[in-house]
Amino acid sequence: MADVNRAARPLSPHLSVYKPEWTMVLSISHRITGVALALGATLVAWWLLAAATSPEYFAVVDGLMTSWIGNLVLLGSTFALWYHFGNGVRHLAWDAGYGLELPEAEKSGKLVVVAAVVLTALTVALV
Amino acid sequence: MYRTPMSRVLGMGSAKDGVGHWWSQRLSAVAMIPLVILAILPLGGAIGSDHAAVLATYANPWNAIVLILLLVVTFRHLQMGLQVVIEDYVHDKAWRTGLLMANMGFCAVMGLAGVFGVAKIALGA
Repeated sequence: MADVNRAARPLSPHLSVYKPEWTMVLSISHRITGVALALGATLVAWWLLAAATSPEYFAVVDGLMTSWIGNLVLLGSTFALWYHFGNGVRHLAWDAGYGLELPEAEKSGKLVVVAAVVLTALTVALV
Repeated sequence: MYRTPMSRVLGMGSAKDGVGHWWSQRLSAVAMIPLVILAILPLGGAIGSDHAAVLATYANPWNAIVLILLLVVTFRHLQMGLQVVIEDYVHDKAWRTGLLMANMGFCAVMGLAGVFGVAKIALGA
């Protein structure tokens, strides 16, 4: 390549040599929780269809959802929901041009994690 | 580079696409803010309850309407989000095309299943 300034320009972060930052963990977590919520959303849709089908079919899906593994998936989905919700709002603020400076982005990231934990606890307590 | 008059008018360049996908993702995200807040307590209360309680929750038109709206917007948002993930990580053209199709089909079927379920309960069947 004829580009002599290659090393002088900022390069996109190569993950294997880039110092891990809080903000990048939060960033990939948005994608991970989004993909994980596919499971939660699918489970809820299946459960609704079962409830509309018959008491017997409902018992099968309800049994799965109230089992220990079902409860674990629902708890995880609840946290994923509130994290993705809060971080989604953070993304919308960025899209509107707010909070893009690094100190602000780090602060809002911490806020999103705290909010997700609090909202998860609140949801578990209320339902 | 040769460009047809049509491609010049559309102005999309090599991306073949505009901001439609990006904007729909934001629009559905904004819509879900009130919908999640309104739906979470009835839904959370119904999950784990007995069959009669679930039917009673969604026999209520308000609960049913909110959840149907949430299901429609959620599965559309999910389909768009998973599409971006597939496009980012799956580089083989055949696999990517197949997965994108499967994603559309899966999200359409599951979203419709949820909507159908709520509607059937709400209409008293």
